[in-house]
Amino acid sequence: MSNGDEATTLLDIRDLSVHYGSGENTVFAGIKLNLKLKKGEIVALVGESGSGKSTLSKAIIGLLPEAARVSGGTISLAGENLLGLSQKQLESIRGRRIGMIPQDPGASLDPVKTIGSQVSEVFRLHRQGPKRSKAELRSESIRLLAMVGVDRPEYRLGQYPHELSGGLKQRVLIAIAFALGPELLIADEPTSALDVTVQQTILEVFTNLAREHGTAVVFVTHDLAVATDIADRIVVMQQGRIREDRPVRAILTAPEHPYTAMLLAEATPDGNRSPDAKRHSGAPAVPAIEVQGLHKVYGHGKAEHRAVQGVSFAVRPGTTFALVGESGSGKSTTARMVMRLLDPTAGSVKIHGEDVTNVRGSGKRDLWRGLQMVYQNPDSALDPRHTVSQIVSEPLANYKFGTKAERALRVSELLDSVNLPSRMAGLSTRELSGGQRQRVAIARALALGAKTLVLDEALSALDVLTQAQILALLEDLQINHGLSYLFISHDLHVVERISHDVGVMRRGELVEIGPTAKVFGAPQSEYTQLLLDSNPGHLLRELARA
Amino acid sequence: MAAYIARRIGQALLVIWLAYTLVFLAVQLLPNDPVTIFLSADAAASPETIAAMKAQYGYDQPLLVQYFSQLTGLFRGDFGYSLASGQPVADRIGAVVGSTLILASSAFVTAVVFALIVVASATLIRITWLKRLIINLPPLFAAVPVFWLGLVLLQVLSIQLGVMSLFPDGSFASVAVPVFVLAIHVSAPIAQVLLKSTETVYAQPFIDVLRAKGASPSWIFFRHGLKNAAAPAMTISGITVGTLLAGSVITETVFARAGLGQVVLQSVTAQDVALVQGLVLLTATAFVVVNLVVDLIYPLLDPRILKSGTHGAPRALAA
Repeated sequence: MSNGDEATTLLDIRDLSVHYGSGENTVFAGIKLNLKLKKGEIVALVGESGSGKSTLSKAIIGLLPEAARVSGGTISLAGENLLGLSQKQLESIRGRRIGMIPQDPGASLDPVKTIGSQVSEVFRLHRQGPKRSKAELRSESIRLLAMVGVDRPEYRLGQYPHELSGGLKQRVLIAIAFALGPELLIADEPTSALDVTVQQTILEVFTNLAREHGTAVVFVTHDLAVATDIADRIVVMQQGRIREDRPVRAILTAPEHPYTAMLLAEATPDGNRSPDAKRHSGAPAVPAIEVQGLHKVYGHGKAEHRAVQGVSFAVRPGTTFALVGESGSGKSTTARMVMRLLDPTAGSVKIHGEDVTNVRGSGKRDLWRGLQMVYQNPDSALDPRHTVSQIVSEPLANYKFGTKAERALRVSELLDSVNLPSRMAGLSTRELSGGQRQRVAIARALALGAKTLVLDEALSALDVLTQAQILALLEDLQINHGLSYLFISHDLHVVERISHDVGVMRRGELVEIGPTAKVFGAPQSEYTQLLLDSNPGHLLRELARA
Repeated sequence: MAAYIARRIGQALLVIWLAYTLVFLAVQLLPNDPVTIFLSADAAASPETIAAMKAQYGYDQPLLVQYFSQLTGLFRGDFGYSLASGQPVADRIGAVVGSTLILASSAFVTAVVFALIVVASATLIRITWLKRLIINLPPLFAAVPVFWLGLVLLQVLSIQLGVMSLFPDGSFASVAVPVFVLAIHVSAPIAQVLLKSTETVYAQPFIDVLRAKGASPSWIFFRHGLKNAAAPAMTISGITVGTLLAGSVITETVFARAGLGQVVLQSVTAQDVALVQGLVLLTATAFVVVNLVVDLIYPLLDPRILKSGTHGAPRALAA
């Protein structure tokens, strides 16, 4: 794993091992690896959560959590071992020679300080040469904000983070990271919290700056598609080890490690795997969900906000209809209105032909027997104090289903249908992985025999391989039990895989609707085209077509 | 901003009016009128004396007249007359309130300083056992009763060591020790809430970003952490006004200081309802005024408060 000679090596990590816990409680959940970076090289660290990619990136910049401990090896930046430095010396390197771009721009700026003070703070932290006047700091900050494409930079200086959009905040954070011309940047999932169109422009800004300044980048991501678009080299990590470390094209065309091959297979678009086209045809049946002219308006007068405007679609029984759009497009609001958790301002909702727009009280309870929802984050959608069987049997108890023994039987059936071993029934959800938790959530949704599920970003919090497993489960359930899904997602890749029909939402309106293959293959609206163009994985698609 | 201030002041006035009304109603719920209650200690009081005194203090008027005449009196600074001394309530309280205000405000300032020292050292010190020790100080402070600490200090300092006089003589010790006793007690909840909210703030990603910028731990704490963590501590400081006044009464009694404590003690033992009424109203007003100040400081700490219109946010954090 040698990359170039000593003169061009910027970062040299040798035999680095990090452990979690201390004393007798030491557990090896950490990392053990070697890695080299050349000057100006962009390297993507790819792996699932728990693969150690974040631990590695935090170790480089010296920001490991307190529970973690470096137990051996060296991290050298241009020949100087960072692990041997004092706290003060490290502080003078951080922000000046090594910068960081964080994951969640929303919470990564101090909410009570102005943008200007947070940009100029780097200059005050690292005084180089004579003290600079306030006016100089101000013009320097304006130059930085303009460099990352922030509009009206003078005006932005006086604003607070909550007045900026997520994309703008990430631009500000990029400006801060580049302020002192660092040799190395650590970017930890810098765009995973952003919408796909914003992600695209932020990645462009970021990689262009890195190339211009000759900055080496360690780019941490779970998304192989993003990695292939921006990196020179891809480092695949699993269980704290490096499985493969090669240039992008080499790794894409001929993955050596089976794990890489698996990741690649999931990330590569594959026309054959889109849902069975046969179920498209057949006699016109009563739609599982039919929505007509749905409106939702919040507030009135000046503060009026039209969250959803005139949305109409139908989910054919036994198929999946996906609503795609960016945050704020109204897709979740629509889902909540379909569930009747939210009252529509206008329009109608029909479930299996029955108008449920105005059901109340016990009518809603009856509705929810056949219509259930699975949420994005299984961590917060499941009570951590309950066991798996308590969670799955709760709806049964609520609807007074059978005796205790019958309920227990039903729970084991349900766990079986979502491929969870029955020995997990007694575990608390904290002992489960993310994918297992989402299986529990699906089992709970099916408990009362629901035939229609609303899946609100149900795969977004999961790793790629886990996503693939849950997708397969959803497809199996659909075929075996004839389920219908309303699938809410921002992830075009997943939508292409699972849905028969798709509706694209933007600012509360449905801009395009039709069979998935048609919408994705020959988009009619400019916005759908933009979404598809912003979807990462250009190189992957290019290679897949070739 | 102007609308925010106006709304807050309006709410404060409303609360004081409600407090007055509640106190007035509570007095009416007593089995007898204030004069009868007061004179019941004196077995020889004749019905004529009682009637004369009722007429003198206005307790023979219809309830509504009493309610409004007392209410309008408040605007003129007229809180009625103490039954025991015949002096205006305002004069009785005014004569001693200064001493209590000095004790309470110096104790409050000292308490805030204590809390800041505890939280700053708990956040910045890296020696684990020392850090743990400091984190456990506030619960200890909260557990120690004011009167007990006062009596122990008095016993040790005055009687055993003889470095402080038993009675206030204007010496430094006779001022500092009561302030210290009260401050320890009041600092506990402030430090606890500030510690907790600092912990919450430090779990946010922006702290990591600051560290990645090369900021030192003390830079992060004093320039970012503290301001972010301050709002819930401010809320609890506002609420400690009650503790502060109650603690003042106890401290004054222990250290034999002149102040509201004595007046409270006397008015309650003499069943001087008019005076008690004045004291309750004063406490309520102090509470409302301090919390008004706290509310007006919030937007200076956190610009999001004026924007969102959810003034409840910092309070919810403290809860």
